[in-house]
Order: sequence, then structure tokens, then C-alpha cells
Amino acid sequence: MANLESRSGGGLPAGPARLAGPARLAGPARLADAALPGDSPAFDGQETALAARVLRRAGDGSQVYLDHAASTPMLPEAFDAMVAELVHTGNPSSLHNAGRRARRVIEESREQIAQAYGARPSEVIFTSGGTEADNLAIKGLFWSRRGAAGPRAAGPRAAGPRAAGPRAAGPRAAGPRAAGPRAAGAGSASKPRNRILATATEHHAVLDCVRWLGEHEDAEVEWLGVDTDGLLSPAMLSEAIERDPDGVALVSVMWANNEVGTIQPIAGLAAVAAQYGIPFHSDAVQAAGQLPVSLAESGATALTITGHKIGGPVGAGALLLARGQDPVPVLHGGGQERDVRSGTLDTAAIAGFAVAVEWAARNQAEHAARIGKLRDGLIDVVRAVVPDAILNGPEPGPSRLASNAHFSFPGCEGDALLMLLDAKGIACSTGSACTAGVAQPSHVLLAMGADRARAKSSLRFSLGHTNTQDDIDALGEVIGEVVERARRAGR
Amino acid sequence: MTSPATEAVHPATGHPATGLKVLAAMSGGVDSAVAAARAAEAGHEVTGVHLALSENPSSYRTGARGCCTLEDARDARRAADVIGIPFYVWDMAERFAADVVDDFVAEYARGNTPNPCLRCNEKIKFAAVLDRAVALGFDAVCTGHHASIDRSAGAPRLVRSVDQGKDQSYVLAVLTPAQLSRAMFPLGDSTKDQVRAEAARRGLAVADKPDSHDVCFIADGDTRAFLRRKLGSAPGPIVDHDGHEIGRHDGSYGFTVGQRRGLRIDTPASDGKPRYVLDIEPVSGTVRVGPAAALDVTEITAARPVWTGCEPLTGPIEALVQLRAHGETFPATCEPDGDDIRIRLHAPARGVARGQAAVLYDGPVVLGSGTIASTGRVTEPALTGE
Repeated sequence: MANLESRSGGGLPAGPARLAGPARLAGPARLADAALPGDSPAFDGQETALAARVLRRAGDGSQVYLDHAASTPMLPEAFDAMVAELVHTGNPSSLHNAGRRARRVIEESREQIAQAYGARPSEVIFTSGGTEADNLAIKGLFWSRRGAAGPRAAGPRAAGPRAAGPRAAGPRAAGPRAAGPRAAGAGSASKPRNRILATATEHHAVLDCVRWLGEHEDAEVEWLGVDTDGLLSPAMLSEAIERDPDGVALVSVMWANNEVGTIQPIAGLAAVAAQYGIPFHSDAVQAAGQLPVSLAESGATALTITGHKIGGPVGAGALLLARGQDPVPVLHGGGQERDVRSGTLDTAAIAGFAVAVEWAARNQAEHAARIGKLRDGLIDVVRAVVPDAILNGPEPGPSRLASNAHFSFPGCEGDALLMLLDAKGIACSTGSACTAGVAQPSHVLLAMGADRARAKSSLRFSLGHTNTQDDIDALGEVIGEVVERARRAGR
Repeated sequence: MTSPATEAVHPATGHPATGLKVLAAMSGGVDSAVAAARAAEAGHEVTGVHLALSENPSSYRTGARGCCTLEDARDARRAADVIGIPFYVWDMAERFAADVVDDFVAEYARGNTPNPCLRCNEKIKFAAVLDRAVALGFDAVCTGHHASIDRSAGAPRLVRSVDQGKDQSYVLAVLTPAQLSRAMFPLGDSTKDQVRAEAARRGLAVADKPDSHDVCFIADGDTRAFLRRKLGSAPGPIVDHDGHEIGRHDGSYGFTVGQRRGLRIDTPASDGKPRYVLDIEPVSGTVRVGPAAALDVTEITAARPVWTGCEPLTGPIEALVQLRAHGETFPATCEPDGDDIRIRLHAPARGVARGQAAVLYDGPVVLGSGTIASTGRVTEPALTGE
């Protein structure tokens, strides 16, 4: 817990009902110190043992957990913060003391997350996770932009508040986005603005939203092709937009791919969209924690992040949404989040999420370097043992997530490899999960030009904060015989 | 009968064993769940696998439900959880579509009456799945079929279940000796009621789950409508025993030999008695109908025989023959006829359809089987008499 103590405070002024700045959110003992009515130091003394068990049980049932891109074990700090909150009662929307207390946890968490990701607190919209945030961004922005006349999106609402903010000198406010050449008065008010441009390699949470809008809401969907590494170039985006710039409702390009780890040149792509005054959304679920992710510096309009990929709990995520954007809500109700998202906020999960975000932001460079080195070793050992294994996605370097190694093993089926490794206590993934648990050939690999056989023969290893060299060694010891056996079954 | 715990025999040695690596095919029903539990309890290292057979699985059970809904996959997974074994879903949809569904449709188009469960055992469970399992290091495939394997005499022999009403040896009789040697049927010594009671004792939620019926890939149970969707409309005549047209139909594939209902003939028979489908001639689409007595068959030719309970026939033997799933058995003399088996029934059987299996039994033991290729009678019965 020592690292929590050292976290910089700031933000809220200390008042009589407030907790001491630097230590806020830090744990039940400290919350109990504040002596709010109804508080209980119930977990004092037990928390550390519980937190330690979280780490030990990382990857429950598997001794070697190489599937962090699916979900990574909770950080002990995040676990402590969440458990500490679970003992409290209070709906953050309630007006009484208990409600205010919960609200305060939410708002402090919001500030932490905003600070970590280059956003203002008001630009953090809490959701139940990445999928909901993607739905809100894609559907919400599409609906708000569709049919809206050109000037609205680029008018004072879009440009004003941001330009007036504290980061007015940042690239976003100063960029062409606020006053793009085509943004104002494009003269196409009568034409529907229903084009959606999205990469063909998106996560299903984006992919299926876009498809659904195409099938049910008359969206004109255009899938942006990628090269064999999975990369989209700004020039390709520009070319696609140019076919009918005024008709584009939004662009969505994921920051880092969940299957093959390809990192898109987000700032460059966002700048292209900004030139036309087009909202740019990016699913940054996998990027957060491994790359310096910033709403302001990226120039994106909206970013999706989630807790359980960075050491927080499942069930808490956020859409970082630039002010001035007015998406149509997907969940209607009490309007708790900026009138854009409804539903009682999960105070405990959000507290854990914020702690994980803070940890991820503080340790990002060191963490990425450490797991990148392990990952390079993993690639080396697999290539040494299985010389014909094909590494999918970019070679290790600036275009590939440090955590990701993704191979095709010719002649094998991915799910056979997965089963054999699982039996040896090694957890990995064939890529994307599916309803019945049946692996479909990856749309990501197909979009990168792989054939069905290569797509179905693939396996993803993704590293995280609990991995050590021992895990890589354990994989290296068995991968050869596993591939050999799967090959016999594949024939 | 050996107990289920010792029924398993290592395929390489033929000896009873525990500690085999067993792949348990789990449909989500009560039988396969209890079978997997028994195999695990016997000391085998069991892995549960649900076979995804439908390319577009429906989410929920429908009236005449099949065995490949998402709900069934979940039931199978929950059973594996309770038993405490790993669980995976294997995608066999492409193979199933090609080897079972397409075959089913093609057989009907040829005027035959296929049994898709039998084909699934032959081509999917004990071929595609078994081959993959063996290659991946498994020793055997375990299913919840109601049948036993007797390994006491060396080569494994397929034996009827003690539950006569639930016995499934008929749809397993197509298995070759090699397939049978890798098969494990732990339920053969139990009745369905006993299996259900055991499932309840074991805390398996599927204990009360209704039995599956009908063809699993025809969710609404309407085979004729399914075939019409696949094969389109193919109108043809319905003729009486003398060849006179007495009605029309929109697809001869909608009929099965022995069928009485759904003929939709306006003119009553001259004798006022019900008429049955006697024969289907697929090329001209002619469906021949006639009185029940004309359904009587005394001679059957069965093709592509498989022998597991005896050596391939070299001369005539006496056996009991079963001609459809859950059907009665008929004493018969069976002898080789080229590559086929010629079966002479001692008393006529009624409603014998091409495409079904003829399974030869010696008491409860399956001797072998073949696919019914043609039928006939030694003497023409009187057309009017019953």
C-alpha cells in the first residue's frame, strides 16, 4: 500500500467533510479515520491477506497465465480500494450523507482517471465497461450527427468549450478540428450524414455496433482496409473520407488491436478526421496501460477504456468524450452521467478502476518495457522450437503492443492447441471468443490478408503484470510437443 | 455384465483399465452427463466436449427440441462443472452439415429413408471426433448411449442396453470393430430411470431434462417442410397398386414406406381400407400406395455390411433382425450375397424402408449390420386380404 501513499493528491480543496487529500480513497482504515456515520473498519487487517491472494490466484486454475488481453488479475491496490468501498452503503445520486460520501468517491475517481488520460473530469463518462462505451460512442455519435446539418457539429458548441479550457494550447484545441475547412457551412444540410468509417479489424464491440447501424439505421458502412501488419495509414483514411467528406458521421479506429497488437498511428488519423470536423472515436481498451494514452494529445473525440485490462475490476469502464459532443444516449434513465448515460454508478468498482488507472499511468513505461522484454523472449523461444510458426502482426517495435505475441502454427487448429496447453496449465487464447464457445476464423487475420487455414491455426499469448520469465520458460518447454500433437490432429 | 467402472479397456491392450484419457461427448442431456460422471468416477482422466453441430444454433429449446441449442451447450458446461472436468466446445458444424444433413437430404431425394442419428455416430462421433481425439492424445470417446460393450471375448462386441425401451444399439451397429474398440458406453447396465435418479444424486441439473426427440437439426420437427425447403417442390403422381393415378403430391421425398397419414387422397380405396405408402420411385417422383398387406416384406438385401459380433459371413446363419430404431426383431436366415447380405425373414415384416439399417442380433449381442438396399417378397399376398 505504500505506493498509494505516495500518489500525488491535488484537485479538491480540503473541507470539513472531506478526507485528507493525498490519502483519499486509499483504504478502509483511512476512510474510517474520517469517521463518517455508518462507516465501518470491517476489513482492516484482512485486506492485505486478501490482496495477496488475488495475486497468488492470478489466472485461477492455470499455473501459467498468458491471456492478460482477455482479463488481467486485479492489482492488490485496486482490490483493496474496491473491497474497502464494498462495506459502504450509499447511492452516489442520493442527497444525504451516505450518498454524498459515495459521490465523492466517484468524483475523486473521475479526477484521477481524467488526469491519467489527458481529459477533463467532465469528459469521463463511466460505463459498465468497454462494450458499453463503444456502443455509446458509435451509436450515440452516429445518431447525433445523422441528419444534423453541417454547421452544428463544427459550430460554437464543438469548438467553444474546448478552446476555452485549460489545455487551449494543446494540439486538440489548436488543431484544425475546431475550425476545419469543411466543417462550417459545407452546404450539405439536405444530405444525410450517415457514413461510418471503421477499420475492418475492430473489436466486436465496435464492429457489431457499426454493422447493426448499417443493417437497421441506414448507415452507409465503409470498412477501412489494413495492410498485412494490420495498419491503417492516415493517407488511406483521408482518401476514404474524401469520397464524400460531408456525409461522414464518424470515424472509429482502435488504438491497439486486441488480437495481434497492432498499434495504429492514432494522432495522425485523428488529425485527418479533425481536418474535416468529423468526430474520431478510438477503442483504447488494449492500449491503456501499455501506451501513453491521452484524449487531449491524441486529438481523438472519444476514447474507450476499461478497468479489467489494466488491473481493475470487470464491470467498470469509461468513455472519454470531448466536451461539445452530444451523443444520443443508449441507456435511458436517471441521466446520472452527463445525461448521456444512465444507471446507478458502481462506486466500489469505480474506486478500484481509478486505482488501477493511476497505477497503470504511473508505471506505464516501466511496465511496457518489462513485459516487452518477456514477450520478445517468448517470440524467440516459439520461433526456435517451431521454426515455421508465423508471427502475425508487426514485428516487435513501436507498432506492436509490448504484451502481445500472436502466431499461426501451420497445420494446427487453434482450439486444439489451446486445449492441449490448457491441459498443461497454460492459459492463452485463439483470439476472439464467441457465443457458443466456437472459434470462428479471426476477422482480424482475414482483414490482414491471411487465409482461413492460417486464421484458424492461430494462438494469442498476451502478457501482463503477473508474468515472469518462468512463465515464458514453461511455455517454451511444452510448445514443441503441443504443436506436434495438434498437427497430427489437424491432418 | 461388467460394471461401468471396469468396462473401459485400453484399446492397445484390450484389458480393463482406469486412468485412460477419455473424451466425453456431452450433448447437454442427462445421459451423456451421467456417462461422463461414471467415466470420471472410474478413475479415467475425462475431458468434456460439447459438439457444436449447427452453424446457426438457436438460443433456446423449441417444441421438438434438438441437441444443439446454446442452452444445451450451457447445460453440458454446467454438468462438466459439477463433475469437475475440463470442458470445451468443438465446432463440428461443417462436418455435420456435409456428412449428416446433406446425406439426409440426398437420401430422401433418392427415395430412401435415412437414419441421421446412425449416420452421426458413424461419421461424426466415432469418426471425425474420435480421430481428432486420438490424435490429440485421448484413448477413448465416451457417450451416453444406452448400450454396452462386452470386451470379455477379446474383440469388443456391442450389446443391447438392459433398458429395452431405451436401447440404442441399433444406431451404433454401424460402428466398425476399430471404432468400437475406442468407444466407451458407461450406461448400458442401467435403465433410463436409474440414470435420471443417479443424475439427481450427483447434483446434475439435467436430471429432469426431457429426452430429445426427432431429428436434432429440424427444430420444429416438421421433416417434410424441411425437405421441401432443401429440395424444392417436385410434384408427382400417387398411384394405386395397379398404377392408376389417384392423387398428386408436391415431393416424393415427403413420404416414407409404410406411411399412412398425410397422403391426402380424395378417392377412397375400393375396399374402404386404409392405404399405405408401398414404394417411392424417385426418378419419376411416383409414390405407390396400397393396402397394409402389400407392405409385407420377406426378403431384404442389406449393403455395405459391418461385422463386430462375428466373423464376416461365409454361409447362412440364423439371427434376429431389427429393421428400424426401436422396432421389433424378426427371426431370419442371413447369408452372404456378393458384398451384400441377403436376409430371409421367417415371417413377413411390414413397412421396411430403404436406407434404414438392418441390424443382426444374437440375443442381445449385435452381430453386424448393413443398409437396406432393396426389399421383396417371396409370394405376392392377396391384394384385398388383410
